[in-house]
Amino acid sequence: MCTYLTTTAPVAGSAYAGDDWFAVNRAVVYFDHPQDAALDHALCIDVWGTGERVAVELDATSARALAEAILATLDSDEVAALT
Amino acid sequence: MSDLMTAGTVTITGHGGNEIEAYCAYPSDAADQPSVVVLHHMPGYDRATKEIVRTFAAYGYAALMPNLHYRYAPGAKAGDAAAAARDAGGVPDEQCLGDVQGAIDVLRARPESNGRVGVIGYCSGGRQSWVVACSLDVDAAVDCYGGRADPGLAPNLRCPLLGLFGKEDQSPSPEDVAAMAAALDANGKSYEFHSYDGAGHAFFSVDRPMYNLEAAKDGWKRIWAFYGVHLKGE
Repeated sequence: MCTYLTTTAPVAGSAYAGDDWFAVNRAVVYFDHPQDAALDHALCIDVWGTGERVAVELDATSARALAEAILATLDSDEVAALT
Repeated sequence: MSDLMTAGTVTITGHGGNEIEAYCAYPSDAADQPSVVVLHHMPGYDRATKEIVRTFAAYGYAALMPNLHYRYAPGAKAGDAAAAARDAGGVPDEQCLGDVQGAIDVLRARPESNGRVGVIGYCSGGRQSWVVACSLDVDAAVDCYGGRADPGLAPNLRCPLLGLFGKEDQSPSPEDVAAMAAALDANGKSYEFHSYDGAGHAFFSVDRPMYNLEAAKDGWKRIWAFYGVHLKGE
C-alpha cells in the first residue's frame, strides 16, 4: 500500500551530502515505499535545505532504534545540562 | 514486427500549459498503433517504470509516461523529484489530469495512432488511473492496486475498467475492492477485477520484495487481453 503518511518537522543545523555541508530547515518523515532499500515499506527521512536534501530509508525496527538513541542521548543528564 | 522501438525522454505540454518531461516508447514499424498513458508510482519516474513503458512498446503499443513530479524538481533524479513532490504536499488530481490530457493529446496526434488511448497506473498511479477513467476521454483503463480510490466517482466512469489487486494488500484491501465493485455494479459500469491469492501490494514491481511472479504473469496476460479488445479492436 501507498501510505501517503507524511509528517514535517522544523529542524535547524547542517547536513552533509558528500560534496559539502548545507544548512537544513525541515525534516520530512514518512513510512512508504522506499526508493532503494529492499523493503516493502520503510521509514524515510528527507532532511531538506534550500533545494538540497539528505535521505535515509530504514526498516521499522532500526528506525525506532534510531529514534530511541536520539532521545536517550538528548535526555542524558550531561546533554540536558547543555540544552 | 521488427521489435525496433524508439524510446526516451521528450517534452510535452501538461497542466496549465507547463512543459514537463515524459518518457516514451514507440514501436518503430507498426501502423494503426494503439496507445497507453502509463502513470508511475509514488517513488516516481524511475528506471523500473520506464521498463514497463518499453514493455508496452514491445507489445505494439505507443506508450507515454508523464513525469508527474517534474515541476517540483526539473531535471532531478526520480527519487529527489518524488521527495520534492511529497515535501510540497503531493500531486493534486487536477494537475495530474492536465498532465495526462497532455500525454493523450500527444499520442492521439501521432500519424501512427489508431486513435485509441488507454491508461494504466501502479500504486498511487492506480488511483490516478481511476480518476482519469472517471474524468477524461480514454478508451480503457487499468488500475493496478491503487489505494484510496474513491468509489463515489463510479457514476462518472467513462470507459471499461480492469482492476488488478493482491488479496494480501492493506490498501486497497479486499474490502476496498469489494466496495469499488459494488459501486460499479450499482451504476451498471463495465469492469473486470482480478484479486490474487498470496499477493500483496506492488506485485508487478520486479525490483522490489513485493514482486509476485504468479500474479504478475497472470496480470500481464489480463492486460494484453483487455487492451487487445478495447485498444486494438481484436
